[in-house]
Amino acid sequence: MIEIIDLHKNFGKNEVLKGIDLTIDSKGVFAILGPNGSGKTTLIKSILGMVLPTSGEIKINGSSIKKNWEYRKSIDYLPQIANFPANLRVKELFKMIKDLRKCPDYDETPYVKRLGLEPHLDKRLSNLSGGTKQKVNLTLTFLFDSPFIILDEPTTGLDPAALIILREMIQEEKDKGKIILVTSHIMNFVEEISDEIVFLLEGKVYFRGSGDDLKEETNQPSLEMAIANLLKETEYA
Amino acid sequence: MYKKTQLIILIGFLIPFFSMATTIEVCQNCEINRIAKAIELAKEGDTILVKKGTYQETGLTIDKPLTLKTEEGAIIDGQNQGEIILITSDGVTIDGFEIINVGSSHLEDYSAVRIRRSEQFLIQNLIVRNPFFAIYLEKSKNGIVRNNKIYGNAKSEFNSGNGIQLWYSHENLIENNEVLQMRDGIYFEFSNHNTINNNISQNNVRYGLHFMFSHNDLIKGNSYINNGAGIAIMFSKHMKMHHNTFQDNWGSAAYGVLLKEAVDAEITHNTFQRNTTAINVEGSTRINYKHNDFISNGWAINSRGANYKNIFTKNNFLNNSFDLAYKGGMNNNSFNGNYWSDYNGYDLNRDGIGDVPYRPVKLFSHLVHKSPEAIILLRSMFIDIVDFSEKVSPVFTPDKLIDESPSMKMITHD
Amino acid sequence: MLKILKYSFFDLIRSRWSYVYLIFYFLLSVVLLFLNPSLSKAILTLMNVIILLVPLIGTIFGVMYYYNSKEFTELLLALPIKRSSIFLGQFFGVAISLSLSLILGLGIPFIIYGIFNSTAILEFSLLILLGTFLSFIFSGISYYIALSNENRIKGFGFAILVWLFMAVIYDGIFLIALNMFSDYPLDKFALIASLSNPIDLSRVMMLLKLDISALLGYTGALFKNFFGSNMGSIIAFCILVIWTVFPILALKIKSAKKDF
Repeated sequence: MIEIIDLHKNFGKNEVLKGIDLTIDSKGVFAILGPNGSGKTTLIKSILGMVLPTSGEIKINGSSIKKNWEYRKSIDYLPQIANFPANLRVKELFKMIKDLRKCPDYDETPYVKRLGLEPHLDKRLSNLSGGTKQKVNLTLTFLFDSPFIILDEPTTGLDPAALIILREMIQEEKDKGKIILVTSHIMNFVEEISDEIVFLLEGKVYFRGSGDDLKEETNQPSLEMAIANLLKETEYA
Repeated sequence: MYKKTQLIILIGFLIPFFSMATTIEVCQNCEINRIAKAIELAKEGDTILVKKGTYQETGLTIDKPLTLKTEEGAIIDGQNQGEIILITSDGVTIDGFEIINVGSSHLEDYSAVRIRRSEQFLIQNLIVRNPFFAIYLEKSKNGIVRNNKIYGNAKSEFNSGNGIQLWYSHENLIENNEVLQMRDGIYFEFSNHNTINNNISQNNVRYGLHFMFSHNDLIKGNSYINNGAGIAIMFSKHMKMHHNTFQDNWGSAAYGVLLKEAVDAEITHNTFQRNTTAINVEGSTRINYKHNDFISNGWAINSRGANYKNIFTKNNFLNNSFDLAYKGGMNNNSFNGNYWSDYNGYDLNRDGIGDVPYRPVKLFSHLVHKSPEAIILLRSMFIDIVDFSEKVSPVFTPDKLIDESPSMKMITHD
Repeated sequence: MLKILKYSFFDLIRSRWSYVYLIFYFLLSVVLLFLNPSLSKAILTLMNVIILLVPLIGTIFGVMYYYNSKEFTELLLALPIKRSSIFLGQFFGVAISLSLSLILGLGIPFIIYGIFNSTAILEFSLLILLGTFLSFIFSGISYYIALSNENRIKGFGFAILVWLFMAVIYDGIFLIALNMFSDYPLDKFALIASLSNPIDLSRVMMLLKLDISALLGYTGALFKNFFGSNMGSIIAFCILVIWTVFPILALKIKSAKKDF
């Protein structure tokens, strides 16, 4: 369960989060959407403890995350841009992250096979293409089987085949009963995978509900149109 | 009558002959148990042999040619009464004693042994402990002072005397003596044509060797360690200094050699190591510095001005913090043909002489002169930059002060 | 923290720059030993280089490592690892690999040359020790500066400025102050000023071993008493330790407060 209570965050004079209240207590995929600068990444980073809130509170499974780091054991995170130490080989990276998370027994082989990473295992990370890096990144995210998964733009750089695998993987994790947070600009992708949509606008939760609710509310045939409509509306409001 | 006169003349001739053969023994259980008494009894040319033991004697005056010696290290204890031995006759030998407790005074220079207006004396193998003055030559000539060890306990200049002192004394040989912790190790005033050979002066509070108004003396093979200054030569002419070693003379006014108003001196083949200032020179003219080694000194040469026509050549300047500090105009002083370890020029024609001149004066030495604490910045990058820019375009240092022909290799001294 | 240290360290050890740095010191020592007949002279020249270069390279490495591993750091931040462990681990990784390059690069040629049988062993050990201190101090300072500045150019510029200040400008101001107030007794001021800057302090400690005659001769009793005594050496080392610890503490505090 994730509880966010009246979360504020200022970067200097710039108020990014202006009182977010959000509780996620059921399993499923939650898409966090919103225009650029609406505070999606800041929100995710707040949950991860990378950004320290100005005020408000975040609780994971009932306990506050403030001055705590062990709760992160229950979160898998896929960052937007993954940059790994350039001198490391792919194999070594897996070993290292497993070591750092103190889970040396987890086996990445199924994911490696599935994403077709076998030929790259002995390559240095600096020599990988963007898409391959993202696959490595995905492997690292799904490997640890934590109850919470946060995916920041997971589709970046992926080819259609990999995209299908990603969707399958998300579905599988959802079926295990996990809570999955996703941000993405690809609305088709969001529409297909998400159970609920959280729409952020100017640092606040503007809408929360299913994709169908949103379409209904805006009278649009697709999610993409619905979001575009939403943005237009707020622009002239 | 005639015969009687003849006999007297004959005896007169024979007395010296017989008396040479006479040896008077002094020991504590002998009939003669005091040195003073032995001297009184002795005839000219006699030998007084003092056996082992401590003799409390003071004011011994030797006014005839005698040999006073001990083979067993007899001790003469002056009980701090004043002067111990005074020699007023030619041809006196003092040999082998340990002399202790010379009295000190603010009015008189009491000494362990004083030679007054005498010639042909030999003072040797003495050990003198804690004297006011140890061996004092007063208007005396042609004598020898050698193999003596003088151990003082001087702490300041004011309450202490000198190890060996010469005053108006000429043509003496001062050899193989060791003088520790006196005011001046060896002091010369108005004394000419003396030879000072292989002495060691160490830990003296003022100077190892000090000359005032003395000329034509030869200083050779001596070591001066950890004194206020190794040698101070003041108002003296035609001095010769060869093969001496000056080492570890540290302190804000510590020098290897201090020259003041010295004229026509020859300073060659000496070694100066780890002195605050190796040579401090002021008001001196026509001095030749040749074949000396200056190693790891704070300042190798500190030229304080009014120096004329001095020549520095074929010396090695190795790892000194400053090779030269210089005040005043060029005055025909020359610094050509030395080896400088700081020199980093090149030699394209391979004649062993650097193609670009060397500037031995650094700007930093001027700065340190102005505020001495700046020495703490020695070898910092800022100072290197300052020195470099001064080297490229001299503003503060005299631009003629250069070695036109710096040697590329260390100079081997013949 | 040790795990992060281990990975940062091995990451750096494998990077080209560590080798360049190591080989540079190696060649420098070989050339110096080859050119200089006397070991003390070689050490003296080495001191000049170390006093100048070690802080500079420490500064550059600290800044570069932070910015280069920034994204990876963010990845680590999302892992269940304590924040301070990440940054301290990375800092120690940089500092230790730098120090190791220095120690090996200088140590190997000198050991082959026979430093252990020489009287200069004490000077050499002190040189290595001071070099290590300076590596830690300056990589710490620059790492902290990088952590405080998101903008790379700003961070890099600022770090270089700090090095320039410590290595050159500080001494310039020091000298000007000495000249301006030369009518007053300045020995205490000079002592404190030279103790306050780790580069100056290291240089002075080295000079006391190498150029002692000039230093003790000209600066009067205070310096002699201070640096000549055991207490002085202990104080000097304490100051170096403070200089080492200070950026680390600042790093710890800053890292706890920063948003990524």
